[in-house]
Amino acid sequence: MPPRTFKVNGRPVTVDIEDDVRLLWVLRDVLGITGPKYGCGINVCKACTSHINGRAFNPCSVPVSAIQPTDEVTTIEGLPDTVGADLHPMQEAWIDRDVPQCGYCQPGQIMAAVDLVKKVKADGGSITDDDIDEIRNMCACGTYSRIREAIKQGAENM
Amino acid sequence: MERRRFLGYLIAAPTLAVGVKLTADSVLEANALPSPTPEVSEVYDLSDLLLDSTRATANLITIVVNEDGTVSFSIPRAESGQGITTTAAVLIAEEMGIDVSDVNVTLADARPELLFNQQTQGSASVISIYTPVRVAAALARGRLVEAAATILGDEAENLRTTGGRVLSTAGSSVPFAELAAAAANSVTREAITELKPVDEFEIIGTDTRRDDVVAAVTGRKNYTMDLDVPEALPTMIARPPTIKGTVESVNNLDQVRTMPGVTDVVEISTDAEPGRGTTSSAVAVRARTFGQCIDAVNALDITWGGGNVDDESDETILEQLRAADAPANLPSPTPLDEVGGVVPLATDALGEVGPVEALEQEFVFYWRSNAAMEPNVAIADVRDGEAEVWTPSQIPIVTQSQLAQVLGMTPAQVTVHVPRGGGAFGRRLFSDAALDAARVSQEIGKPVRLMWHRADECRAGRVHPMCISRVKATYSPSLGEVVSFEQRQTSVATDYTESLGDMITSQAAKLPFANELTLSQTVFLLTASVPYDLGAIVFGYNEIFDFDRFATGSVRNLNNQDFRPAQELMVDQLAAKLGEDPMEFRLNRVEDERAKAVLEAVRDEGDWGRDLPEGVAQGVVVHNEYKGSVAILAEVDTRPETAEREIRGATTGPRVRKVTVAVDVGLAINPLGLKAQMEGGVMTGISHVFTGSLHLRDGNFLEGSWDDYRYTRHWNAPPEIDVIVMPPSGDRPGGAGELAVGAATAAVACAYARAVGEMPTSFPIGHTKDVPFEVKKFVPPLPPSPTDGLTAYPTPSAAGPAFNPAS
Repeated sequence: MPPRTFKVNGRPVTVDIEDDVRLLWVLRDVLGITGPKYGCGINVCKACTSHINGRAFNPCSVPVSAIQPTDEVTTIEGLPDTVGADLHPMQEAWIDRDVPQCGYCQPGQIMAAVDLVKKVKADGGSITDDDIDEIRNMCACGTYSRIREAIKQGAENM
Repeated sequence: MERRRFLGYLIAAPTLAVGVKLTADSVLEANALPSPTPEVSEVYDLSDLLLDSTRATANLITIVVNEDGTVSFSIPRAESGQGITTTAAVLIAEEMGIDVSDVNVTLADARPELLFNQQTQGSASVISIYTPVRVAAALARGRLVEAAATILGDEAENLRTTGGRVLSTAGSSVPFAELAAAAANSVTREAITELKPVDEFEIIGTDTRRDDVVAAVTGRKNYTMDLDVPEALPTMIARPPTIKGTVESVNNLDQVRTMPGVTDVVEISTDAEPGRGTTSSAVAVRARTFGQCIDAVNALDITWGGGNVDDESDETILEQLRAADAPANLPSPTPLDEVGGVVPLATDALGEVGPVEALEQEFVFYWRSNAAMEPNVAIADVRDGEAEVWTPSQIPIVTQSQLAQVLGMTPAQVTVHVPRGGGAFGRRLFSDAALDAARVSQEIGKPVRLMWHRADECRAGRVHPMCISRVKATYSPSLGEVVSFEQRQTSVATDYTESLGDMITSQAAKLPFANELTLSQTVFLLTASVPYDLGAIVFGYNEIFDFDRFATGSVRNLNNQDFRPAQELMVDQLAAKLGEDPMEFRLNRVEDERAKAVLEAVRDEGDWGRDLPEGVAQGVVVHNEYKGSVAILAEVDTRPETAEREIRGATTGPRVRKVTVAVDVGLAINPLGLKAQMEGGVMTGISHVFTGSLHLRDGNFLEGSWDDYRYTRHWNAPPEIDVIVMPPSGDRPGGAGELAVGAATAAVACAYARAVGEMPTSFPIGHTKDVPFEVKKFVPPLPPSPTDGLTAYPTPSAAGPAFNPAS
């Protein structure tokens, strides 16, 4: 159980914890980074969606031992820094559209949306309804229609 | 016209503080008691009950003007996404002349003196706070103006307030910040004020974003599990493999206590109804992280005793529901004694009816979960004869009193804080997580941060009870009219004891029916409605089982999520039999102008009757509840290329591709928030029609997480949804949180029926097809977290193949 060192939101962190503890709990319970939410613990609701080295992933399903010292983890708290602003364009779109209701799933929705738009743009395309249909992030308040509008709006400014 | 005057209190405090006693609200008097008209709910509904039972203590809410000029209000309601804090801020800002962003609304701790005026349910919050909050704000404004008059050297009646300043006619002004202390009162005394006239509203009726939208999208919004409470370590529970089972023995306690991170392992009672009802127990684990809790819970070797319903499955419940259903008995001018709760209806004489024909149908509605995204959570610190608890309760006073009971304390020894919730939907009318947390904390003498695993919610959580709805309608082909309409619902018992029980008892003398009804029958009559003239209308409600045989409870929109779809599907059948267009049939028989107006709005905006390809169809319904009226027009696409499209791990199926909603809540305080509630209600209705259900099999539910319980997902959500907020039809707001759910369920069901040419009679439609997922283990109780999260995204880890309810 050696101490694990990696970067979270641009800041180096070291944690002393058993190897198989999933990263979500290291972030939340050990490091006090509470933006990523627990919704299922088995990678189906996607409420904890964050980024590792710029790609979306779900820390509920990654043992901390799988995180390398060179890995950079970004949670919703660190998203604005990735564009050097107070808010990421996707967050601005979310605010503009007043997307959240309870808000619990929204950090994960935003992190998934940013990843999706980046991927679509990298493939040379622009975001479509079919792309959005494939997002797995669950919302029990049912804010899907505003999320759909906000993703399209946020994508334009990314 | 003389304006009404309201009484309040100026409260002794360092800065300006006002409190409000609600008096002389003539709206209620005008609404008093019912005449013998069709449905009880038309004249005295759940909104009235919730309002009447809160009136006596509505005087105790207070508004404070702070030294920096901002205004604080601690609202005795839960905020779980429905937007009530934003609504309260709008009301205060409007009345005081201050920016909405300068009003800070927080959630009040449990306050036993508020009695019924601290519960968040039945879409009643905005209805019940509307006047008191405005009165408090008007009083505060009045005091600020008085204080400013001296400083500005002008008469108070010449002054106005805007942007957090008091302005004189000469153009000079003074900010609230400079007046907060000057307007303070050294003694508490009564004061009288008037309210701003409706026609002078500037903020009410315009779009206001949520007060916590920035916090929510930046991860800074703190939910219960995010609160920094020292030493409150993660705690989870090993629950029995069947509903309400009990622990017989724990066979490896010492071994689990030495697992990494684990600090405590303890057996606790999990009785949901302290002091009565069924008993159950479980084993709690406290550890450094929730991940270590999950591992320890699954490592426990527990010998379990039997559960409460071990021999029951969907099929056995359906048999019992059918056996309990009373025989048809209609038309009838007298109550149907076997079921009780049936209201005889007056209707205009139809004239010579001639021979009639009958339609008869049974509809089955399976179990539904009311789970929110945030699981059931509570932080508890029970030490030294005191308990401090944080939990997003919808009914904190009951939570407090139950905690006191199980902890052997007085309510005064128990503090209940109410953080903002991550969804509620009726689930948080029950205090299960708070009771769990307090029991563990008391037993081990340490603070705990207790969270239910998602699997707990599916299998040990609260459910909307399975029920059947039987409809029998008669019509006269020669007359072209419906002659009678009977609808009877028979359900597994719903547990209303924690939420509505005491309130209904307190208002019993006012309720417009004298016969002896059960709690559930009362709730049914307060909510069930038939918006159309369908001749002689009779409906009734019956239950099987004790109130707590299953863990049931209120689910967003109570009975109408079942009652209305069954009814509207039959209305479509009647329209077809009488050769009328479904829209015209409804417009011709709808009983009030507001309902007619919303129907016409969706007809026009939603392009009713437009040409659609085969397999695509529209459905329309109108629904009156919570002092409001909503019409929903849904378009469902069942064509194979849509229904069978493949998204890995997704339940695709028929797609609701377009929804048009028109809503009239009387006076919409915040149309942006109102629209959000309609949109959310539509998504829940889609789930109810197609896939969202729990399968009961041998004493427990098969679903174990969000991949199994198939609530509406992005791939099911309509790409197009348009919500029309009608111009104000009154000077008071109605409720919104639940208004769209039953209506959306009904509209989508009607559209589906027309698209496939066959009326579905079992909901969700997908329920009785194969179980399209691999059932997660019951022992150990929690599905272990995967380890492939770096390579799996976006591949689903456990979902089954695409599943099409239409095939």
